[in-house]
Amino acid sequence: MTTLSSKTTAPRSVSGWRSAQSKRILLTLLGWSVALVIFFPIFWMILTGFKTETAAIADPTLIFSPTLESYQAVHARSGYTRFALNSVAVAFGSTFFALLIAIPSAYAMAFLPTKRTKGTLLWMLSTKMLPSVGVLVPIYLIFRDVGLLDTRTGLIIIYTLMNLPIVVWMLYTFFKDMPKDILEAGRMDGASTLQEVFFLLLPLTLPGIASTGLLSIILSWNEAFWSLNLTTSKAAPLTAYIASFSSPEGLFWAKLSAASTMAIAPILILGWMTQKQMVRGLTFGAVK
Amino acid sequence: MTKTRASGRTVGGLRTLSLQAPAVTLLLLWMIVPLGMTLWFSFQYYNLLMPGMTGFAGLENYEYLLSDPALWAAMGNTLLLVGWVLAITVVGGTLLAVLFQQEFAGRGIARVLAISPFFVMPTVSALVWKNMMMHPSNGVLAWLAESIGLPAVDWFSSLPLTSIVIIVAWQWLPFALLILLTAMQSLDEDQVEAARMDGAGPIAIFFFITLPHLKRAISVVIMIEMIFLLTIFAEIFVTTSGGPGLATTNLAYLIYIRALLDFDVGTASAGGVIAIILANIVAIFLVRMVAKNLED
Repeated sequence: MTTLSSKTTAPRSVSGWRSAQSKRILLTLLGWSVALVIFFPIFWMILTGFKTETAAIADPTLIFSPTLESYQAVHARSGYTRFALNSVAVAFGSTFFALLIAIPSAYAMAFLPTKRTKGTLLWMLSTKMLPSVGVLVPIYLIFRDVGLLDTRTGLIIIYTLMNLPIVVWMLYTFFKDMPKDILEAGRMDGASTLQEVFFLLLPLTLPGIASTGLLSIILSWNEAFWSLNLTTSKAAPLTAYIASFSSPEGLFWAKLSAASTMAIAPILILGWMTQKQMVRGLTFGAVK
Repeated sequence: MTKTRASGRTVGGLRTLSLQAPAVTLLLLWMIVPLGMTLWFSFQYYNLLMPGMTGFAGLENYEYLLSDPALWAAMGNTLLLVGWVLAITVVGGTLLAVLFQQEFAGRGIARVLAISPFFVMPTVSALVWKNMMMHPSNGVLAWLAESIGLPAVDWFSSLPLTSIVIIVAWQWLPFALLILLTAMQSLDEDQVEAARMDGAGPIAIFFFITLPHLKRAISVVIMIEMIFLLTIFAEIFVTTSGGPGLATTNLAYLIYIRALLDFDVGTASAGGVIAIILANIVAIFLVRMVAKNLED
């Protein structure tokens, strides 16, 4: 990157400078047009959320008088808050348990490896490849029989297990990158394993743990197979709530847009913040 | 010396085991129990609407499913969906990664905008596309078509599977871009510079340096996408419900219909087993590749 910028700022001749300059303008135009086209549906959705229902289905225009009508309607009529709270509870709950179970496991794999560690890691990865639809029937029947259908607990259990392999993997890669000497020094000073973990490992790898947690929250928040099949009303998170707009009588574009904007905004921001670290978790460290 | 080291290892081994026990046990249960049940149900007569009819069915569920034209339609749709989305996202993602690797004004913000669709929940992206973008009279695409004098397309009735492909590709193109852009960072700039000095044009550089460098990242993208795309569900659920007819029913949606709408547990489970086998064929390659990476 440094070579690139030094090249553009230190041209050999005036004509070279001109062509470098026009190339840059062309690239800027191209890059931005592509980005805006890809982002357009999200932009349009955000815009439509501030329109009235009549304006929402009128000819597309950027000029309209913005209103919070739809936001108020979504809050007042459909109990948006309830669905949002379900999403929050399920995403944070499952992430908490996944981290709780994964931290000891990743610690053991990174600092006390045995011959079987690599095999265990790969096996964990392989459980992630089991298609959800392949186990839909038994999970549905088990949930029905033990009363977990349409409960937050049920979804938390599923999402914890669903994200556990990714969480273990990501934590493992972060723990492995930590210099062993620091832990060694702590041990020399007489720290017990627990002290070692709480006072050295966790504080030092906090950024890694945080981005692992964020990825788990994002994945749980956006999950739409289990939430659609295992919840009906009580425990339905936002993914399922938005799906209720698909019925013909629910065709209110402005309200759909307002509800959707609220549903995706927090995750969009989290996603922007963690995109780099996410690659690690999403590819199981295969792309760095 | 050797003694302490040996005993240290056993203690370490024991500690390793106990620390890993919760994660391993839970994942083992999560894998074995439902998998075993799916397999078991697939050999049983089991329909929730016909409680009297139970017992061992042998291969009858499989025979019934395999002779059902709906299965083959669903398999065909699954292949088309996976194939097209992969083609669009991998080719598009590679080109976009090259574009967003170049220096230009506001590149950081442009990148963030282009990656955004990946973070949008599937039900939102499907409904926004279905209504605001692809609606035959009030959608943005219809308006665009009419303003340049073309007839508006009724996307979901005349091109149902294409519509689903567009929505899913829009969600996964940013994923490919994100991964490939990360892989691009490790591209050796000196090598590119050397090639340029030797008179290689941008196209030659792309084919002989960039593409080989991205080879591994591209295969990772293909495999991860395949695993997710094989069981696309929410996008179909909220837009077409598998229709019109069977036009957008993929394997995942067919299993859902059989299980939760027809209550035919036996046949649905047989379908589940087929989905698991398909996913595993892909998974074997992915696991091998990651294993190779662990050794490096």
